[in-house]
Amino acid sequence: MHYKTRSDKWFDVINYIFLGLVGLCMIFPLLYIFSVSFSTMEDFVQRDIILWPSNWDLGAYKYIFATKTFGRAMLVSICLTAVVTFFNLCMTSTMAYAIIHRFTGSKLVLRMVVFTLLFSPGLIPSYLMVRNLGLINTYWALILPGAISTFNLIVIRQFFQGLPKELFEAANIDGANELQIFWRIALPLSKPALAAFTLFYAVDAWNAYFNVILYMNDTTKWTIQVVLRQLVIVSPPDNNLLSSLLRDPPPSQTIQMAAVLIATLPILVIYPFLQKHFAKGVMLGSVKG
Amino acid sequence: MPKKMTAVSRFNSEHSTKSLRTKLWSERYIFLLLLPGLIYFLTFKIIPIFGNVIAFQEFNPFKGIWASDWVGFANFRRIFEDSEVLRVLRNTLYISFMQIVFVFPAPILLAILLNEVANEKVKKFIQSIVYLPHFFSWVVIISISMIFLKPEGIINQVLQSFGYDWVSFMTKPHLFVPIVIVELIWKETGWSTIIFLAALASINNELLEAAVMDGANRWKRIWSIIIPSISGTIIILIILRLGTVLDSGFEQIFLMLNPFNKEIGNVLDTFVYEKGIKQSDYSFSTAVGLFKGVVGLVLVLGANRIAKRFGHDGLF
Repeated sequence: MHYKTRSDKWFDVINYIFLGLVGLCMIFPLLYIFSVSFSTMEDFVQRDIILWPSNWDLGAYKYIFATKTFGRAMLVSICLTAVVTFFNLCMTSTMAYAIIHRFTGSKLVLRMVVFTLLFSPGLIPSYLMVRNLGLINTYWALILPGAISTFNLIVIRQFFQGLPKELFEAANIDGANELQIFWRIALPLSKPALAAFTLFYAVDAWNAYFNVILYMNDTTKWTIQVVLRQLVIVSPPDNNLLSSLLRDPPPSQTIQMAAVLIATLPILVIYPFLQKHFAKGVMLGSVKG
Repeated sequence: MPKKMTAVSRFNSEHSTKSLRTKLWSERYIFLLLLPGLIYFLTFKIIPIFGNVIAFQEFNPFKGIWASDWVGFANFRRIFEDSEVLRVLRNTLYISFMQIVFVFPAPILLAILLNEVANEKVKKFIQSIVYLPHFFSWVVIISISMIFLKPEGIINQVLQSFGYDWVSFMTKPHLFVPIVIVELIWKETGWSTIIFLAALASINNELLEAAVMDGANRWKRIWSIIIPSISGTIIILIILRLGTVLDSGFEQIFLMLNPFNKEIGNVLDTFVYEKGIKQSDYSFSTAVGLFKGVVGLVLVLGANRIAKRFGHDGLF
């Protein structure tokens, strides 16, 4: 396909323009929010559409970090994401490794796992379970109920199953028990897959908000996503109220945009790493039987 | 004769219990690895399923499941008599259907156009941009769209600069579904191209070269070779999506709901949350949830079976 007709060239031109516009649509909202969040009040009022801040202003960010709520929520989110990711990974990989084996009742366990992929207990019974366990308003309510994603479990199991059996057998002959084989052989060999799932679990943990709304009445334990929801979607800060409280307040619009950016920042930071791994993760997912 | 049989069978059973015990002992490390996951599944995925029995009760949280009064199917009868539930069901089906019509085709188009990009670097670059929104939380995405759609937001500024009147996007019920659709397209189109790009990558190159020899241009190749080649994948995915027609995207819609759009925007999942958690009407909302779960299960199994009939592996 070396030569190109004129219509082919036209196709290429139109295609590049179209894809460029699609890319722009994806990037523009972020760029706009970034620019406005760093702009001054005057610029925001005077200029119709800000594409790049002309006078850099950190007022919105200063305001956000001066409020107790936001800093605390940030801290809660960071710690929770770390704990949840680590916990989910431990829970998922141990169970995934166990169910590649044939043991007494293994078929029953596998059927149970597949069944939960098809039928979930529903919101109210799950909520009542968490409440009966006394987890409401504790961080356990955000850690335990989502410990294993059935889909991830099946994909990691598939990955373990693809590892060469000979290695396991050799280790077995050398006197290693299953715990040692899991720790010394299966896990090190699965590093790329585990890295992909670490990132996926971390993104999910960082983005989670509904479980917080469901299980946390105590607003001091809110995560950043819930605080953002409060700040932008439920009750936006009032410009008049702000100016009655502060002498030189940033406009509520820039505060909101700064908050959006802060809540997105970790995703943007890990995205380059994520990108390297998710192709692998998705491919693993599509191999799933 | 009968005596002998008992003797034999006793011997067998003794043998098997002994071997079962040694077998279990030899599997002890596996069970150790299995145990945390098993406890998790039983506690949060299996036992709560039995909690659904409160749909058949007049559940009183103070009495608990064991002491609450049984009412049979009364709560389910209420579903079909309650005009609000019927409206919510209609909303769910409408939003889901509109998603299938408008959101589903977008990644197919994008994947075909991306596939036509010969320059690998350009292709990779565009891909990494369009995948990005998939990783943002729904809170971030709804926040961005609300900032954009506010009366003094950028979209209204643009409308006004072209001489149009400003629109109060978030309070107009008839704009609710279009906004849901656009947000969903923005978030997921790029990510959903992955599966179609994989299908496109498996098209036989000789077929395309033969078409070039026959003088087919790009448009013709797309129409008569590329689209037919991936139509199998498209059909399977549509069937499987139809199987989840009662799911209209809980998180997104939950965040979008406000008093102005509740009439059209309330879907089964948000209804269950509001009735059950907010108003503590546990039994009725559990009945609605169970109704949705069972219908959903039947639809998914049906869709999977049809997908298999189309010569695909299906999901399970």
